[in-house]
Amino acid sequence: MDHLDALESQSIYIFREAFNRFDRLAMLWSLGKDSNVMIWLAKKAFFGHMPFPSLFCDTGKKFPEMYDFRDRYAAEWGLNLILRDCPPIEEIDPTLPPAARSAARKTEALKRAIAEFDFQAVIAGIRRDEEPTRAKERVFSPRGTDANWNFKDQPPEFWDQYKTDFAPGTHVRIHPILHWTELDIWRYIRREGIPVVPLYYTRNGKRYRSLGDMDITHPVASEAATIDEIIAELEQTSVPERSGRAMDSETEDAFERLRTAGYM
Amino acid sequence: MSDKTQDATQGAVPLTIVIVGHVDHGKSTLVGRLIHDTGSMPDGKLAAIKAMSEKRGMPFEWAFLLDAFQAERDQGITIDTTQIRFRTQTRPYLIIDAPGHKEFLKNMITGAAAASAALLVIDAVDGVQEQSRRHGYLLHLLGIRQVTVVVNKMDLAGYGAERFAEVEGDIRRYLGSIGVTPAFVVPVSAREGDNIASRSAAMPWYTGPTVTEALDRCTMPPSVDELPLRLPVQDVYKFDQRRIIAGRIESGRLRVGDTLLFSPSNKTARVASIEAWGAAAPVTQVSAGQSVGITLDEQIFVERGQIVSHVESAPFETNVFRARLFWLGHAPLTRGRQYKMKLATGEFPVEVQQVESVIDVADLSAGDTAAVERNDVAEIVLRCRSMLAVDEFIANPRTGRFVLVEGYDIVGGGIISMDGYPDQRGQRTVVSTNIHAVESRVSMEDHWLKNHHKSGVIWLTGLSGAGKTTLALALEHELHRRGYQVYVLDGDNIRHGLSADLGFSPDDRAENIRRVGEVSKLFAQAGVIVVTAFISPYRADRDHVREIAGELFHEVYVKADVATCESRDPKGLYKKARAGEIKDFTGISAPYEAPEAADLVIDTSDQSIDQSVAMLLDYVGTRFTMDTKQAAKG
Repeated sequence: MDHLDALESQSIYIFREAFNRFDRLAMLWSLGKDSNVMIWLAKKAFFGHMPFPSLFCDTGKKFPEMYDFRDRYAAEWGLNLILRDCPPIEEIDPTLPPAARSAARKTEALKRAIAEFDFQAVIAGIRRDEEPTRAKERVFSPRGTDANWNFKDQPPEFWDQYKTDFAPGTHVRIHPILHWTELDIWRYIRREGIPVVPLYYTRNGKRYRSLGDMDITHPVASEAATIDEIIAELEQTSVPERSGRAMDSETEDAFERLRTAGYM
Repeated sequence: MSDKTQDATQGAVPLTIVIVGHVDHGKSTLVGRLIHDTGSMPDGKLAAIKAMSEKRGMPFEWAFLLDAFQAERDQGITIDTTQIRFRTQTRPYLIIDAPGHKEFLKNMITGAAAASAALLVIDAVDGVQEQSRRHGYLLHLLGIRQVTVVVNKMDLAGYGAERFAEVEGDIRRYLGSIGVTPAFVVPVSAREGDNIASRSAAMPWYTGPTVTEALDRCTMPPSVDELPLRLPVQDVYKFDQRRIIAGRIESGRLRVGDTLLFSPSNKTARVASIEAWGAAAPVTQVSAGQSVGITLDEQIFVERGQIVSHVESAPFETNVFRARLFWLGHAPLTRGRQYKMKLATGEFPVEVQQVESVIDVADLSAGDTAAVERNDVAEIVLRCRSMLAVDEFIANPRTGRFVLVEGYDIVGGGIISMDGYPDQRGQRTVVSTNIHAVESRVSMEDHWLKNHHKSGVIWLTGLSGAGKTTLALALEHELHRRGYQVYVLDGDNIRHGLSADLGFSPDDRAENIRRVGEVSKLFAQAGVIVVTAFISPYRADRDHVREIAGELFHEVYVKADVATCESRDPKGLYKKARAGEIKDFTGISAPYEAPEAADLVIDTSDQSIDQSVAMLLDYVGTRFTMDTKQAAKG
């Protein structure tokens, strides 16, 4: 087994644990490269099937290319897609800095969908190398009754024995690609031929490394027009992946606050 | 770093390293330094750390690279484990930073359990402290064999060789006593960058490797392809018409056509196919680490938690085993408490049968065994209601370890040892299948009517020297005098004949008891009261005889404590056992499991032989007498 095989196998194991342990389970699909890799891994885990719904929380501010991608691949991949609109900004905590407040709309939509479908577990495509609070995450990460993340008292998690027992009213976030890096994702996309939104490729000297809402996501300078060129670029860069995501760094603890309140 | 270096290490599997040690000895600072000095720091991060430090009125704080939470930075303490990557010229690394505070031991274990090698950080001024020892001990328990000690803050110790030698001596002595030999002991100053990625000018007396050089000399974890096949069943899918058994191969290899054994159900079937979505060509062989799906040639019952192996290399099958445990629960673990055990993909209810020792990791002394408190390490015996398939940790870590769950939470982890316990594989399987029981025309009840008493097996169990043989012979004599059909099966006599081929290993003991059980049953069916005198230390074995003999089985516990038996020592065996001349001696070096619900308990430590025999005669009088209705039928 090479490195990608090992990563894939571990993710499949996590998907199968999730599906075995929870009846009411959904996967977040953000249309980004990571969540497309997740769908691919799920299909491998379940021999071509997607045995739970995919949830898309629409901020209404995604790029047009992303909506096109959604409509095409939801059909092609045979997804059971649940679409929910995010609530307007006025309903969100006004003490958050502007970009974080905007991003928190997604948390609110997710909480409402969890309540509506009574989901016990939600699969999310975060990775440890993206951001320091995500680096401290568990694979099976418990959330309180208000979807809050109690990072000061996370459960022990070792030997692939995950926390699978929960008090009523709480839920769990499951992170099947927590152990992957951005480079791993692109190398896997190349090996498997997984489709991605074209915004990742250069246009006028710039490309997106991470996709979010149009108003709070910025492209980075890049000439990478193919997957090979993206990989070559990432092998050399020391620019962080999420440097174009405004809500991460507005204040020292903006992203921590977002995540503690239930953001992915 | 040169482009050529990056090419060489890109795409390689990273080596996972955990950084452990006492609180405030500088683990997070060391990691910050490693990242910086190997050129792995992301853009903007140094400026961000500088801002965070200034905001708190502190000098530049390397630890802020990893301490992602406000609370961690404000309190200057690492709460949870985190991961970060860097590369040397040799290979990529995944660094796990583990908290050193005792309160966060669960997080330390969460981080350390994933590592292949460890850096144990010790403050040169503060020296070896409680968590230095505890972490050292836990690394060993978790199976991490590659340990390098980093003596940090040498700048505060004046870069002195003498102080370094003291600390090095202390930690080498402690680690040596638990069987760990550190690969290297490196003097560093993480804050100043001495001996991290480059050699320190301040410590010319040190000639060993730097931290990165020490890491580069670690080896990758060995492949487990060559171990026996273990595939814990994770799920069974019926998406299409196919019934696919899914799971991850923890060790060994599996090929299409292999005959597989499912434990503990002991069913076998052959691999019809290996399923894979999107595979270019049919898959015919898979090996350790792969998450797979297989179909079988026969529709045998398969469920999550079973362990798949090849027939000739099956896991242990048992309902009782020893474990070395680290306890994370808020409530103490005590004898008799019940937990849910998770082993591979299985979940089983277990009970703590015994707390054999509690280990104080600071000085390795034995503590009070009444309760295992949070963060303690202990040796315990666990019992499960049903049979389960396990391996010894030293033979196969992946299926030789487990966690305990109480309520909603994981409260401890342990590694399995079968020392002193029988391997019950195959015992319950009837090997000869071409045999039909003969139906005799003279029934057992006919024998009873003729003898004017019932028959059965009076099974005396107890320590050597408790008085089993003495009582058996006295009882035989008294019953014979009263006209009963009675016969004594004694351990020593059986071992000279029927079981002359068996030794005293747990396996052999189990087989000996099985034979005695079968023979006793035949005697009892012939109308005889059989009195047996065997130590029969394992509850599972006696339960097995009870299964064989059914209602004819009467369990009598001949009770006397070890001290009493040792003072009697009629055969001089205790003396030999104490001298180490006899291995696996019950009560000394092998366990005795007292009956939980014996039909009769005779305490020989505080009554005479006559009194004990009287109790037995009284028992026979009530339980082996024909009732009048049965007698009238004759």
